Amino acid sequence: MSRLLEVEALEVSFGAASAVRGASLALDRGETLCLVGESGCGKSVTALAVMGLLARNASRGAARLSFDGQDLRGLDERGMSRLRGNRMAMIFQEPMTSLNPAYTVGSQMAEVMLRHRGGTRAAAMARAEDLLGRVRITSPAMRLGQYPHQLSGGLRQRVMIAMALMCDPELLIADEPTTALDVTVQAQILRLLLDLQKDLGLAMLLITHDLGVVARVAHRVAVMYAGEVVETAAAADLFARPTHPYTRGLLACVPVPGKVARGAALGSIAGVVPRLGPGFSGCGFRDRCGEATAACGGTIARASAGEGHDYLCRLPPGWRAGAGAAP
Amino acid sequence: MLEFLARRLLVALLVCATVLTFAFALTRLGGDLAISIAGPNATAADIEQVRVAYGLDRPLPLQFLEWVGRAATGDFGQSYFFKEKVSKLIFDRLPITFALGLVGLSIALAVALPLGIVSALREGSWTDRAISIVALLGQAMPSFWLGLVLMITLGLHLGWLPISGTGSWEHFVMPGIVLAFSAIPALLRLTRSGMIDALASDYIRTARAKGLSRRSIVLKHAARNAAMPVVSIAAVQLGFMLGGSIVIETVFALHGVGFLAWESISKNDFPTVQAVVLLLACIYTLLTLGADLLNAVLDPRLRAS
Repeated sequence: MSRLLEVEALEVSFGAASAVRGASLALDRGETLCLVGESGCGKSVTALAVMGLLARNASRGAARLSFDGQDLRGLDERGMSRLRGNRMAMIFQEPMTSLNPAYTVGSQMAEVMLRHRGGTRAAAMARAEDLLGRVRITSPAMRLGQYPHQLSGGLRQRVMIAMALMCDPELLIADEPTTALDVTVQAQILRLLLDLQKDLGLAMLLITHDLGVVARVAHRVAVMYAGEVVETAAAADLFARPTHPYTRGLLACVPVPGKVARGAALGSIAGVVPRLGPGFSGCGFRDRCGEATAACGGTIARASAGEGHDYLCRLPPGWRAGAGAAP
Repeated sequence: MLEFLARRLLVALLVCATVLTFAFALTRLGGDLAISIAGPNATAADIEQVRVAYGLDRPLPLQFLEWVGRAATGDFGQSYFFKEKVSKLIFDRLPITFALGLVGLSIALAVALPLGIVSALREGSWTDRAISIVALLGQAMPSFWLGLVLMITLGLHLGWLPISGTGSWEHFVMPGIVLAFSAIPALLRLTRSGMIDALASDYIRTARAKGLSRRSIVLKHAARNAAMPVVSIAAVQLGFMLGGSIVIETVFALHGVGFLAWESISKNDFPTVQAVVLLLACIYTLLTLGADLLNAVLDPRLRAS
């Protein structure tokens, strides 16, 4: 497998507020990387920064931001628009509002193809029909002429997925694609994404706060907190040996049948993700961390907990609650 | 779509019928018509004679039904003041009014739409603020004053355009500009706010994520959704221009329907007043109907509901 996406020390700020503070992640071809973390930790902003879709008042900087060896930092809007929808595609959390209400499903899908690959409208429509079938929408030919308001949320999200696949992208970024849907539909959409990823060899960056989703689909996981990636590991490794206190806290919040005793209290992490300014230093989690000491206010080095598993904390790998509190 | 069309048509007809009733009632509320027709020096006998001659002695409902019956066939009777058929009076002046309104609206749209879009794209910038100031000036400027200023500069000093009359298309440019000036602010502001809302929406983010060109994002995806309120207000503005351009018609000596309305009101020429009010109300209703239909073409959700 080869590297498709590399992000190093990504910084995004909106005026005086930093949304992403030095986040790094890498994605190989055909790999699914889950980006997890609670609301407001910078997951979506990271994805939008990669796609070049940040709002105008945002400023972006990175030590490295490359897609298939091409440096995205130097690309202007025109250059980025050649990649978007073509080699990298994105689907969003809000299927109800992400399609243009004024145009048919078919015309919205076809225009992606016409923009990047040219060809006839008929050919683009045929491709759209084919893909609607692939995302398991019934009677795709009829759907092409329908408007978004005639479709349910689940169908709209399938249309969004099909539309993202129009030009056979190498990278698909999915920003909480199932959050706004009914539970039964969530499972179907997730299964669909998983199958498509395997069949088409897509690299997928899946943003979620649902660890159940992570366990089912992720090859690797990056845990984000307050704009930083605090732990990265292969999925199985992360669930077996979570090392960063935040990751452990997150996992403790999820009931696991057979592992968590019936009637036992579920974990929770008190407080919310802090809004950090650019001058902030030290560990962003220290105010909510049970293991925090004065040393957490200093610079924290990235530590390794094994092959492809690193984390951002001064505690040693395999620390036990209370035991590692001494500086 | 058919049901939508039928419903809108029915509403339009009801509005016209209501206006018909009001137009008749209003002319009878302004005092005894026989007295005002007979003039200030008439004797009681003269007045009585006028009353019988014009059919004003008969019961009101009967007068109403008779008027409606004739109005339905386009016969609005004889003007008391102009001594001509009311229908001829109006149809002679209608082309002038329509030409003026269309020129005015075209100029207004040609200025307001691009400026509104640019304003939205550069929201908060100096360009945006400068455009807002121009719009404010347009709103604040009295149209008779602007008309006179244009006559002096473009007409007298530069000699580019004729000052008054209706001889050629050039005669309609200056009054068209003046009319447009009063319509531009509302159109511009609606275009701007509609575009700002549309550009901030999720489907525009999707359009960007699809890698579409800026041109397609702004003009195809955003503008189509921002157009609806603009279409509605443009129809209302055109209605204003057709019926309410009395001041401008006077300043530029264009004898259109607005001018006719003013003359007939001041002369208590009630058959003409009735006919003009009815006609303008029907045009208004038709314009609104047209705007609704255009919006239904623009937005599929309207067709469904």
